[in-house]
Amino acid sequence: MKRTATALTAAVLLAVSGCSNSDGGGSNSSADTPGVTDTEIVVGTHMPLTGPAAAGYSKIAPATKAYFDYVNANGGVHGRKITYKIMDDGYNPANTQQVVRQLVLQDKVFAILNGLGTPTHSGVLDFLKTNRVPDLFVASGSRSWNQPDKYPGTFGFNPDYTVEGKILATHVKTEHAGKKVCFLGQDDDFGRDSLAGIEKVLGPVAAKQSYVTSNPNVGPQMGALKAAGCQVVMLATVPGFTALSIGTAAKIGFKPQFVVSNVGSDPATLAKTLGAAAPLLEGVVAANYLPLVNDTANPWIQLYTKVNKEYNAGAEMDNNVVYGMSVAYLFVQSLQSAGKDLTRDGIIEAVKKGGFTGPGLVPVRYSATDHSGYGGEQLTTIEGGQAKWLGKPFRTDDGDGAVEVYEQAAVAPPANGIPAA
Amino acid sequence: MTVVRDRVTTRIASPPMRRRLSPLLVVVAGAAIVVALTYTLPPFRTYQLATVGAYLCVTAGLTVLTGLNGQLSLGHGALMATGAYTLALWQNKFNLLAVGIVVAVLVTTAVGAVIGLAAARLRGPYLAGLTLAVAVVVPSITSTFDETFNSDQGLSVILNPPPESLTVEQWQAWLCWGAALVTVFVLALLTRGRFGRDMRAVRDDETAARLAGISIARTQVAAFVVSAACAGLGGALFAVMAQSVSPGAFPLTLSLFLLMAIVIGGLGRLSGALIGAVLLVALPAVAHEIGEAAGSQRLEGNLALTFFGVVLVVVMLAAPGGLASLRPFKKKGHR
Amino acid sequence: MDRFLFLTFDGLSRGAVYAAFALALVLIWRATRIVNFAQGAMAVATAYVAYSVSDATGSYWLGFIVALVAGLLLGAGVERVVMRFVDHSSPLNGVVVALGLVLIIQGVLGMIYGNEFRPATAPFSRDAFEIGGVALLSRYDLFVFAAVGAVVVLLTLLFTRTPTGLRMRAAAFAPDVSRLLGVPVGGMLTLGWALAAAVGSLAGMLVIPTELGLHPTAMDIVFISAFTAAVVGGLDSPIGSVLGGLMVGLLLSYISGYLGATVAPMAVLALLVVVLLSRPDGLFSRRAKARTA
Repeated sequence: MKRTATALTAAVLLAVSGCSNSDGGGSNSSADTPGVTDTEIVVGTHMPLTGPAAAGYSKIAPATKAYFDYVNANGGVHGRKITYKIMDDGYNPANTQQVVRQLVLQDKVFAILNGLGTPTHSGVLDFLKTNRVPDLFVASGSRSWNQPDKYPGTFGFNPDYTVEGKILATHVKTEHAGKKVCFLGQDDDFGRDSLAGIEKVLGPVAAKQSYVTSNPNVGPQMGALKAAGCQVVMLATVPGFTALSIGTAAKIGFKPQFVVSNVGSDPATLAKTLGAAAPLLEGVVAANYLPLVNDTANPWIQLYTKVNKEYNAGAEMDNNVVYGMSVAYLFVQSLQSAGKDLTRDGIIEAVKKGGFTGPGLVPVRYSATDHSGYGGEQLTTIEGGQAKWLGKPFRTDDGDGAVEVYEQAAVAPPANGIPAA
Repeated sequence: MTVVRDRVTTRIASPPMRRRLSPLLVVVAGAAIVVALTYTLPPFRTYQLATVGAYLCVTAGLTVLTGLNGQLSLGHGALMATGAYTLALWQNKFNLLAVGIVVAVLVTTAVGAVIGLAAARLRGPYLAGLTLAVAVVVPSITSTFDETFNSDQGLSVILNPPPESLTVEQWQAWLCWGAALVTVFVLALLTRGRFGRDMRAVRDDETAARLAGISIARTQVAAFVVSAACAGLGGALFAVMAQSVSPGAFPLTLSLFLLMAIVIGGLGRLSGALIGAVLLVALPAVAHEIGEAAGSQRLEGNLALTFFGVVLVVVMLAAPGGLASLRPFKKKGHR
Repeated sequence: MDRFLFLTFDGLSRGAVYAAFALALVLIWRATRIVNFAQGAMAVATAYVAYSVSDATGSYWLGFIVALVAGLLLGAGVERVVMRFVDHSSPLNGVVVALGLVLIIQGVLGMIYGNEFRPATAPFSRDAFEIGGVALLSRYDLFVFAAVGAVVVLLTLLFTRTPTGLRMRAAAFAPDVSRLLGVPVGGMLTLGWALAAAVGSLAGMLVIPTELGLHPTAMDIVFISAFTAAVVGGLDSPIGSVLGGLMVGLLLSYISGYLGATVAPMAVLALLVVVLLSRPDGLFSRRAKARTA
């Protein structure tokens, strides 16, 4: 009997704690669209705020939120204020499952925005599709986000890693011709896609190694690359592991030319992680597709600096802040384009329509058949602790297309810093 | 003292009267409650309910191992991973869920037998240390054999959509609780029979048990295998619910939390396993609410961690005799 | 060959840390028959204290000393407040209480400092000296060897040459007789825990700068390697634990270097299984003693 009593108690506890709102997910008009009222739009994200991948990335979501606060303070979008729910998943796919369910089922968010990470976000694609939740501007360059037939509501943001790999490899091919090129990448789609792009241009690399974020020791990998006599090492690494790799290499007296993926290359983050060893970063080559934070003459940077000061408690500006605000800008553009009668289908249609111009050096590629984000990057190198542009922006595709220069100049932000309807 | 002991003995002897009624009754009542809840709770709560069911499979098995047999395992998170990965690999090849769950249980049983064989020869801290090493080996295996297990990213699990008349969450809750109730029923029968008696005898006094003709090693391996099978089932259910598996879902903390759950719930009682399973779901959720209310990211997660730790230490220190006195069937009269 | 030499020195350097950590486990095991599963978490806690102190004062060494002192205090506190009251009727009790402490410490650290990795600075350069074109050892590695060596020497002197050390050994091996002879057994236990925790803190301070940084769970894997080292050497043998530590360090270094870093935890498990099933008293144990506790 005692058992039954316990079971009953537990059941009652669950029931009591569960007596909250419950409403459907159908969305024909904004009146019954989850997460949307006349005055508010609730959006959620999952980010690594803690754990081995949090270095640098933990600053993205607060920056996004700061830009939303700036928009809210100026009247919001179609009279609605944006509420941004940030959930920490620690870059652990299992946690992502949990927090995204919480956002969708419990907090009833309108959309998931800028969920970060290839391994983490891959696991929630099906769940978001089943629940018809728009899955916008995923913070990763995996090609998985660009599957319009399979995942009609999912859109990428970053240039995909294959595009990036091709652009970085083109640089290596021209500037380091004849050198022994090697590769260290994360043991998932991030590393694999990146390597695929590199090998499209360079052919097979001389040696390749991988790491997992759960094992913070890259000594053996760097040792193997050194033993292989590598002269150029291309990294598809998150910032913590970029720093770890460069630091570990130095420790064993291994100083190749490092060429780093954009997602693992913010100099401020790397310098902080390396501490006293920060000078090792000099000459590291990477790429970017958004304005560089130290380019204070850039109107976007001026806008972001202002917003950062007023709404982000003056957090230290770095490229993660620029990234976070650029995501927010694109989302507000999409909301404006979707119009006053906001529905889940409506915003997906608006993004598919594309035609957004913003801070990026090259345009985003959204269309009915293409859900991938930015289509190219410009190379950078680190000098005096700061990134500097090299050459011109390049554009390419994730197939066998050529890597070509993109000539069109970037646009300036609107005067009030908020995209018009 | 003798009176007390007699009472205890009678109580131990009395289960035959309850035996005929109780487990089946509990299972039927449990099923009715779960079905009722799935039609009244909002989706997220139903999902949490399903999670409780999946945890219950594991905590029930662990209760048998630690509470009745006196063995400790810090490696059950890894056994859950075994079940989960087996299911994922099976589904992605054959997409036959019912068979997949059975296969997951069988594979985990086999792995459990191997660990159990080693564990049966070890005691106390040696056993704890060995199973701890098992718990942390999961990411190492998934990264080394990344062709099969896809490293930290893990695998997604192909599933057919649930029947039209059910929501995903209802279907998950039914599945998990169906499995959990079957587990509890089987364990209740097992532990009331000869196997249960042997386990308790081995736990209480190995020498006496041996004199009584009970094979110590066989009983201990059997207990480990049974609890491993339960962990494999729980792991498979988690894989179904998440539609994916990854090593991050089975960290060391999970193994520790499972231990906490059965100690706090009351060792050796299947009802304790239920309390433990509810706590495993409810505490982190409550901690999340508190963290959100306080506007502090740092409280979240860490609050539940701290709470589990404090309760565990307090329970262990407050209960005279430690673990042993938390067992319902044992030696209360001797003190 | 170059690579083999490098891996050997790298393994010895890590092995020295495991040795210190295993030594701490053995100290407590000999005194109380408890394997302190909270050792790793306690070491991390003191490393955080050091981090705070170094951050506020700018002095690494002040933080280093504070960490050791905090280790002494934490060890004494844990013994006085918690471990003293653990029932010894089942060896599982001590294990479960220690695991509870792990959760508490990790939770509290997370609440105070957050769960992000904090860069941990090393007091000496970690750039390796090149000898004959082979990168062998860094200044930091030399510092690790010196620190661990000093601890081993000091503990040996303490236990063999001082009256306090004699009393500690007596209290551990024959508590009842010692009590009759006027040895403050309780005090000796506290002292044992304090010393062990300080040695653990030292190991933590030495190993954390070589990894991703300071994090509440930074020592989990180190703990398992060190536990393996202690078992390999024999939980009763301080010398064994030092040798075991070096062995495990070398083994892991070779395996990581030649087979890949991800294989290492499997190797630890395999080693543990083999040793526990074949020589449960450790490779260096002289006495044949029941493995049951």
